[in-house]
Amino acid sequence: MLEVHHVFKTYEGQLLLKDISFNVDTGETVCLLGASGSGKSTLLRIIAGLEDSDSGSVSFNNLDLTSTPPHLRDFGLVFQDYALFPHLNVSENVAFGLKMRRLPQDEIIQRVANSLEMVNLSGFGLRRVTELSGGEQQRVALARALATRPRLLMFDEPLGALDRTLREDLLNELRKILHQTQIPAIYVTHDQEEAFTIADRVLILYDGRIIREGTPADVWANPESAFVARFLGLGNIFRGEVTGKTKEDGWKVESNFGVFTIRCDHKHQKGDKVHLLARPLSAESEPNIIHGVVNDVIFQHDRFKVTFDNGLYVHLPNAPTVGEKLTVQVKVECLA
Amino acid sequence: METGKRDSQGRRTFLSARAPVYLSTFSRFLLWLLPLSFLLIAFFFPLARILALTLDSKTFTTENLLLVIRVVRFTFYQAILSTLLTLLLGLPSAYLFARYDFRGKSLLRALTAVPFMLPTVVVASSFSAIFGSRGLFSFLFPLSQNSSIFHPSPFTLILLAHVFYNTTIIIRVVGNALSSLDPKLEQAARSLGADPFRVWWSLILPLLRPSLFAASLLVFLFDFTSFGVILLLGGSQFATLEVEIYLRVLKLPNLPLAAYLSITQLICTIIFSIIYTYFSARATAQLAPRSIIFKPKTVKQKAFVALFSLFLTLFFILPLSALPIRSFFRLEADRGQRGDVQYGFTTDYYRELFVNRRGSVFYVPPIQAALNSLGYGGATVIISLLLGFPAAFALAKPTRLEKILDPLIMLPLGSSAVMLGLGFIITYGRWLTSPLLVPFAHTLVALPFVIRTLQPAIASIPQRLRQAASSLGASPLDVWKNIDLPILRRATLAAATFAFTVSLGEFGATLLISRPEHPTIPVAIERFLSQPGGLNYGQAMAMATILMVLTLTSILLIERVRLPNSGEF
Repeated sequence: MLEVHHVFKTYEGQLLLKDISFNVDTGETVCLLGASGSGKSTLLRIIAGLEDSDSGSVSFNNLDLTSTPPHLRDFGLVFQDYALFPHLNVSENVAFGLKMRRLPQDEIIQRVANSLEMVNLSGFGLRRVTELSGGEQQRVALARALATRPRLLMFDEPLGALDRTLREDLLNELRKILHQTQIPAIYVTHDQEEAFTIADRVLILYDGRIIREGTPADVWANPESAFVARFLGLGNIFRGEVTGKTKEDGWKVESNFGVFTIRCDHKHQKGDKVHLLARPLSAESEPNIIHGVVNDVIFQHDRFKVTFDNGLYVHLPNAPTVGEKLTVQVKVECLA
Repeated sequence: METGKRDSQGRRTFLSARAPVYLSTFSRFLLWLLPLSFLLIAFFFPLARILALTLDSKTFTTENLLLVIRVVRFTFYQAILSTLLTLLLGLPSAYLFARYDFRGKSLLRALTAVPFMLPTVVVASSFSAIFGSRGLFSFLFPLSQNSSIFHPSPFTLILLAHVFYNTTIIIRVVGNALSSLDPKLEQAARSLGADPFRVWWSLILPLLRPSLFAASLLVFLFDFTSFGVILLLGGSQFATLEVEIYLRVLKLPNLPLAAYLSITQLICTIIFSIIYTYFSARATAQLAPRSIIFKPKTVKQKAFVALFSLFLTLFFILPLSALPIRSFFRLEADRGQRGDVQYGFTTDYYRELFVNRRGSVFYVPPIQAALNSLGYGGATVIISLLLGFPAAFALAKPTRLEKILDPLIMLPLGSSAVMLGLGFIITYGRWLTSPLLVPFAHTLVALPFVIRTLQPAIASIPQRLRQAASSLGASPLDVWKNIDLPILRRATLAAATFAFTVSLGEFGATLLISRPEHPTIPVAIERFLSQPGGLNYGQAMAMATILMVLTLTSILLIERVRLPNSGEF
């Protein structure tokens, strides 16, 4: 379906996108996850045709779109600030794309009704868009994009302006709709929870490159780099040095926080510097331990975040007292 | 990490840093092509020709130098006097509107703003209709022939008309600053032991100083460049720079001298404009957290509010109503009826406008002037919208270069209308018969208003709306038709009405460049007023009334279609 090939883009003299390539398949939702300024919105606008890349190409079903203007690409785009047309009411906003396609009037009416129903806004048709709440406005924006039945849907931080509970509700509805319609989608966000909820596949954008790509579960389980682990906040990340092999085909790694035994597929040699990830969850079956004096205890819903005086932290079900000496068994992974 | 901005709703946006380029350099060039070419041809080239004329060393005589000095001195004299008188009326008015709530306040406030929007010829005619030698007062108070209250001298009339015109500036600028002063400052000063007088003298006045200066300078600028009022009420013996330029072009032709006077005038206005910009930038006081407007309570307050608002009402209503009354009221003998004076209601002055009399001021029925005005007005609307739209589009998100272009576009507004006319005559004299010359001159004056109306409206359309439309399948033309145009419809209508109103009332430039057989309403009024006879005078009143009605209708239209927060001028 959609293929992005080796896209480069400079912005104000800075290389913003460096050799971006990926594709989106039928019915798939791909999430571009990155901090603000990582170039993800620019990438989206390049795909939409609203901006040109310096080099590289965007093609759909093997058809190069480089010279296709945005209005002929048939890609739906949903903005963070909704971009609803203030001079048109809800129905007219949803009907806009259909009118541009010069569909017959009765079909427009039918499709507008369907789209509004899909986003639970039936009966809102004659309202002014300026009278709607943020969540309602975003539903209208979604209905407007869905009504044209685009061959690709793109979302640029669509829930960024909404509060938390509303965001969760809308995200679930969006997931359902994308499943129902089977429209391939690209979803841009800086919020990893959002990304991991909605994505079939996650692309992590850092410094203009895609540094990790995979299913949410895969990316979570194998961040593969210190960058990704740090960005996703997976746990304690620190450096260590390989000191030798263990009997069970693992490696012994020495660090400021002690010596750890790790199992990985990397071909290490003695003396290699590696990044280690110590997940904060206590796991009794694990061979590695971290220890320290409790420095700070923060209540977090169903657990306590316990920080040691050496800077490491773990999640514990019960709160220890500050100053207590503690030893916790945790999973330690090698990030190469 | 980039630094984000917060948008109007306080959300973080990265639009400014990451938004795609609004317009490419090439499309910016295309947008500017027409408006800049127009400015070059219609303003800067004629300006250069005027400058070139001043190089003629033969004009540089002691006699001419003395004349220029005399004219400049008188121009300053009348402008300073007018400004002081305007302050005298304007400051209490500003205080009245900023501090007190009373019945009919918004109506009175609107009334004080009306003259500012009226063409100069209408204001001049209004004052003539009430105080002039053929005016209502000389009929109502014939016994007090020598009383200067009812029969002011022409110079007093000029000053009064200037006050009438510009008081609204003081009310708006100083009044806004006054009403946005934090009342807690005043309360603090009182609690520290200052009496009301000291509060004013050492707290409020110093705080108001920048806006007071800014408003006074603006008033001064308008008085300094005033032309129609002085020519029509005073005649050519009151030679301000504007009037003298006009004389040296049409009556005692000496174009190099006219050029000298023009450049002197331009330099003065540019200096005052720069000082004005400096003060008006500092004139923004902090906004009052709550309103300090109250109903008058003490007897003193009640008396001030009642008497002063009554005086203001009279001062503004009298001239405005005298004009239409006088246009329907015969006060003297018609031609050939010397001695047999008939007083009373008449529609003759209007009926006469449709008659093409032999030996009259015109070669055509005078009403033709109204048709000419409407035609020129229509042409001005079309040309100024055609030029204003592209410029406003580019200026909606200006580049650094375009921020320099912006004041250049406003420059014709600051230069005198008579000078614009002089430039046209020098440069395009042989095309004086072209019907396009007058609308071009009017466009020069109207274009700044058109751009200032369109630009904020265009800037208020987020680029995302266009992007959203285009992602929904709208071609660039569809985007323009379905997004920009409908959203801009009101602003466009307002801009068009502005252009039309400016064209209707434009006097200085038109007087110089219009052909005798194609007069506009203001030119016709001037010609009627400069001719003897009650019938001519009556027709001037009738014409001025027509112009007043047309202008007021346009203003009402602008007020109705203007978005509530699209700014003031």
